[in-house]
Amino acid sequence: MTDTIATSPLKRTPLRDVHVKAGARMVPFGGWEMPVQYTGIVDEHRAVRRAVGLFDISHMGEFEIDGPDALAIVQRLCTNDASPLAAGQVQYSLLCQPEGGIVDDLTLYRLADDRLMLTVNAANIAKDWSWVTAHGEGEARWSNVSDETALLAVQGPKAEGLVQRLADTDVTRLRYYHFARGAVAGVRALISRTGYTGEGGFELYIPASRAEHLWHALLEAGRGDGIQPIGLGARDTLRLEMKFALYGNDIDETTNPLEAGLGWVVKPAKGDFIGRAAIEALRTRGVARKLVGFEMVLPSVPRHGYRLLKDGAPVGVVTSGSFGPSVERYIGMGYVPAALAAMGSELEVEIRGKPQPARVVRTPFYPSRVKRA
Amino acid sequence: MSKVPAELKYTREHEWAKVEGDRARIGITDFAQEQLGDVVFVELPKVGARVTAMQSFGVVESVKAVSDLFAPLSGEVVEVNGELAKKPETVNADPYGQGWMIVVKYADARELDTLMSASEYEKLIAAAGH
Repeated sequence: MTDTIATSPLKRTPLRDVHVKAGARMVPFGGWEMPVQYTGIVDEHRAVRRAVGLFDISHMGEFEIDGPDALAIVQRLCTNDASPLAAGQVQYSLLCQPEGGIVDDLTLYRLADDRLMLTVNAANIAKDWSWVTAHGEGEARWSNVSDETALLAVQGPKAEGLVQRLADTDVTRLRYYHFARGAVAGVRALISRTGYTGEGGFELYIPASRAEHLWHALLEAGRGDGIQPIGLGARDTLRLEMKFALYGNDIDETTNPLEAGLGWVVKPAKGDFIGRAAIEALRTRGVARKLVGFEMVLPSVPRHGYRLLKDGAPVGVVTSGSFGPSVERYIGMGYVPAALAAMGSELEVEIRGKPQPARVVRTPFYPSRVKRA
Repeated sequence: MSKVPAELKYTREHEWAKVEGDRARIGITDFAQEQLGDVVFVELPKVGARVTAMQSFGVVESVKAVSDLFAPLSGEVVEVNGELAKKPETVNADPYGQGWMIVVKYADARELDTLMSASEYEKLIAAAGH
């Protein structure tokens, strides 16, 4: 096992005791004590694809910025263009360093004309807070609302019906990457049509003090749907089947958005932002390596950090890998030289000293079932 | 509570051995499969390979972890459970039955005395937090 030794006490979400009581296996993740599985990763993964799963992702961080310059500050910090967002819209975006390395990936919420929220990775909360407050000068106030905010994800084909039954607003008309305010099981929530699984569903931002109530209400109301609590293990295999990047695995400060396949959230035409010049220089020059999705030709498990080879010579590194429970193949992501990134490209993964054949394939590995219209 | 069949011998690395005359059938324990979680890959030696007591003879991988398999006994591999290549999850479902891994013709019966009894193994896993 690869658990790292915690140097400071692990942080807990408001649902930590609920997970322990439910028999979850708890592990350290990004400084947090989190459930990695309840019944088992494969079982939970399949429950999300087949029915509906409930995730505690309250470890994620939320920053709000409020004031007349809020949008201008966000535009300078983030790579995507937030200006077309109306209140009620969500956008995937990045924070980059001046050199183009990725500080974090995030979802951006336009709460109102002069109020926005950034949802950031748990392990990066302290780093991102320093970054945005140091670089976000102007007439607006930042607040870190991570501690008072709980976040539950409800994902799967039965998620919409379940949340609708408990909501006081029509969530079925909420489009992908849009949000609404409403109450779910009597808990006031920001109901966001987003997720990290490739299934339809919602992410519900609620007061931390109400997390336990909503958690139990969703499990109770979803019993007939076959709802299950889902740990971080299945969250990881679900996102891997979609080739969604995981910060710290597939992207970090040593990777840039273009090689990570995230050029679509970099919008230089919007005006200046941190990292713009470096990323544009890269775009002109062309990237040296690309993040690809590959599958193993024979059964064998690629893992983060394994070397990628071409005809036996090292050419790159695996950033994520696992057995994909829905695709029923051994799949991975990794950086390879641009010349080897084409679909069908034949590579090897070095597993315990032996090269195992792999091939670059079309991604996502599993077709997304998110309704985009 | 993990199952620990009384008739088997155990290693402290969580393998079991079932003596069948001059051979021993080998697998991993119920406790081991629970700790690993969903097994998605098993790498085993070929028939005819030699294994050495308490050295690695293969690998078992779950979604989250990679673990070496340690041979309880030294000897020659005379059977390999090829079904595990297609259905590695059998190790979770039936660790002491269909989830067996290899059969070894052991070289030295005295090595059997170095293995743990079921009651000793139960103490070991109780101390490990079960």
